[in-house]
Amino acid sequence: MNQSQPPTVPADAAPPPLTPALLARLQAVCGHDHVYTDADQLRTYESDGLLQYRATPGAVVLPASAAEVRDVVRACSDAGIPWVARGAGSGLSGGALPVAQGVLIALTRMRAVLEVDLPNQRIVVQPGVTNTEVSLAVGPTHFYPPDPSSQIVCSIGGNVAENSGGAHCFKYGFTTNYVTGLEIVLADGAVVTLGGKELDHPGYDLLGAFVGSEGTLGICTSVTLRVIPVPEAIKTMVAFFDTTAQAGEAVSEIVSGGVIPGAIEMMDNLTIQAAEQAVGAGFPTDVGAALIIELDGSRVECEACFDDVVAICERNGAIGIRIAEDEADRALIWRTRKAAFAAMGRIASNYYVQDGVIPRTKLPEVLARIEQLSDEYGMRVANVFHAGDGNLHPLVLYDGEAEAAGAEELAGRIVEACVDAGGSITGEHGVGVDKKRYMPRMFEEPDLAAFQMLRCAFDPRGLANPGKVMPTPRLCGEVPGPYRRHPLERDGVAERF
Amino acid sequence: MAHPANTIRSEAPATALDAAELLHACALERTAVRIAGSGTKAWGYPGAEPALRLQTTALQAIVEHNEGDLTAVLQPGVALGELDDVLAAAGQMLALDPPLGAQDKATVGGVIAAADSGPLRHRYGAPRDLVLGVTVALSDGTVAHAGGKVIKNVAGYDLAKLFSGSFGTLGLIAEVAMRLHPRPRSQATATGTTDDPATLATAAGVLAHSSLELQSLDVRWRSSLGMVLARFGGVAAGDQAAAARRLLSRAGVQAAAVEDDEPLWEAQRAAQRSAEGGAIVRVSGRPSQLADACVAAQVAGGSLVGRAALGVSWIALPAAAPGELVTSIARVRKVLAPSPCVVLDAPAYVRTHLDPWDHPEDAALVLMRRVKARFDPTATCNPAIFVGGI
Repeated sequence: MNQSQPPTVPADAAPPPLTPALLARLQAVCGHDHVYTDADQLRTYESDGLLQYRATPGAVVLPASAAEVRDVVRACSDAGIPWVARGAGSGLSGGALPVAQGVLIALTRMRAVLEVDLPNQRIVVQPGVTNTEVSLAVGPTHFYPPDPSSQIVCSIGGNVAENSGGAHCFKYGFTTNYVTGLEIVLADGAVVTLGGKELDHPGYDLLGAFVGSEGTLGICTSVTLRVIPVPEAIKTMVAFFDTTAQAGEAVSEIVSGGVIPGAIEMMDNLTIQAAEQAVGAGFPTDVGAALIIELDGSRVECEACFDDVVAICERNGAIGIRIAEDEADRALIWRTRKAAFAAMGRIASNYYVQDGVIPRTKLPEVLARIEQLSDEYGMRVANVFHAGDGNLHPLVLYDGEAEAAGAEELAGRIVEACVDAGGSITGEHGVGVDKKRYMPRMFEEPDLAAFQMLRCAFDPRGLANPGKVMPTPRLCGEVPGPYRRHPLERDGVAERF
Repeated sequence: MAHPANTIRSEAPATALDAAELLHACALERTAVRIAGSGTKAWGYPGAEPALRLQTTALQAIVEHNEGDLTAVLQPGVALGELDDVLAAAGQMLALDPPLGAQDKATVGGVIAAADSGPLRHRYGAPRDLVLGVTVALSDGTVAHAGGKVIKNVAGYDLAKLFSGSFGTLGLIAEVAMRLHPRPRSQATATGTTDDPATLATAAGVLAHSSLELQSLDVRWRSSLGMVLARFGGVAAGDQAAAARRLLSRAGVQAAAVEDDEPLWEAQRAAQRSAEGGAIVRVSGRPSQLADACVAAQVAGGSLVGRAALGVSWIALPAAAPGELVTSIARVRKVLAPSPCVVLDAPAYVRTHLDPWDHPEDAALVLMRRVKARFDPTATCNPAIFVGGI
């Protein structure tokens, strides 16, 4: 079938309402107060951080322990009811969008730090612990590097599901590089321990397969993370350029010269204008690009590299360089960067954010393409991105519902430009529901079939977060053994691939 | 036990699709296939002698070297050593430095499939951390891609990690996209020696928890003498090594700066391999177990090298009667339990008479069998060598 066609079955094809028997069982597991079924309560959970999508679950349950999670999942399995795990609900791809009439498992009550083991540089937490709380728990000597902009609220369970990144991941890596152990509950209720505090547990790297699987392979109830010593020194600067192309050249030269900055972030003129209005950090609003460069590590290494970086920026046409004089100034610079999304409200009533990735060297040509598309659609696009790893966050600005469809279409064409440049449809936000329609741009049928092999090994009945990631609904065949038709297939609702 | 070489058919497909078709044909006729690179790592259960050997000798191309993006797309048969020469010309490297085996033949595909690594792992991670994307040939005859060639990407399942360390049991890694790094501008090493395992562990711990940016942090223990080795790379490597030397002195070990440090590190890598008739036990431990691991190695008459901050060590047991090796390995495992102690190099007898993987029959193993059943339901690819006899 033609992969670019819309799915033949709505992803959220509604199962029947939850039975009183299932609700009673969920209440027995979590307590009456921790099973929500009132319309008002359910509405809170209709969307995650991506408000364009809504679905009302049949019930929201809030388990307080790994055993309760297991029992909730077993109850759903026995009833054949799909479920979705949700952390803080700050995701931007609709990954925690409920299944209509399904069960939503909110992990917000599981917020315990289970163990801090600094001699071995590990921390064990429940999934509802926030990203920031992890660094606080191991500070001030150690920290947890992945730092999504939402880190104050977003949960580690959600980070595991999405393989979250952040500004510092170019140097330090992503969530997947820090998870050494997981306890997970599979959709059939089996509890599986993957890895531990030790690296290199024998067998398949199921940790690697699970992290970033967007809640479709199971639900984690305990997470063991590697933490590292805080750097001795941090030096932060902002260089201003006439054009994003010049700033991009500077990035390439810095990186290829052997310096790996802790963070290297670019904001274009429109973003600077909005962020400056919001924060007032004193960034010039008439420049083409601002490049925030942060070096961290040992003091001698930082200082030795810093002069190099300044020289590279000047050589590539920097028209001004601001060096953070103290921690307050550094915080102000970062507040400007992290305010970029929220600040868009000052220059437009709505925005649609994308998360494409490109090879860094393709930056000038992709930015030119975005500008061309922006002109074609008559909509402004602000660009803010993690320049080191080529992760773009173009913000398509629009006013009113009338422009929403056009903005979404424009955003889609930007994603296509990223894929055409050899990149990816998503660098850190995940596919969720929002980007699954772009998956066929990046992956062909055999690739999707291989993805499905993994999914079927973990969750052959497709109860864990169905309707996400894969562009079309798929069923799992029996393996091994004779072929049997799935009830949905028999009814003509879905087809087998 | 081995059949004469001429009874085993050998094929070297030139494309991923050819490889997939070959695997599929074998799956249909239920012929077991041994997938291997240059054969430098005979690990795991010996398995049955296969009817067909799938070699990667016709897949030796460096498909792309994207200098500006610090990425490379490689076929699996590329020799790691030869690749390094090519990347060095651009001032870059693939930060994987496992021992390269006889005639430096270890291939990119083999190193990734076996999840092997060397001292650079401290800073740059294992193969799983450097693989950006894979193309795999499966026994259903298809060629599938996952990941991409950009360093940040969360689209689709991370099959690149699933195939890293899968020992060819899910299919052939037919192409990989890897992240590269700039070669450090200068390197310098500080060492600390002591004859006390606990002091050695303490000194290594001081560096592991310091804010110095280490490229590698290794230890070794042999003949009742231990050494911490700290290597720095970068603009100010010498200054950092001097700082490390001061920290080591304060931690009570005999500290020194080493000018010509390459032989030291070459020896660390070489010690991850066994002499003929001996065995290597890879301990997936915790840094806090380091002293115990040194003692366990000594009691068994062996030696140890390890990545101090990562808790991973390699205990080398000298050549002995296979039965004695089995006993020694069991003793090491008992001391270091529950940390997995995987037997790598060892005579086939040893790898038959104990579980080389040290993997319990647990829920994770059940799940691994389900993964295998989905990707290779006919058990065509490298059967019976992996955990649980997968």
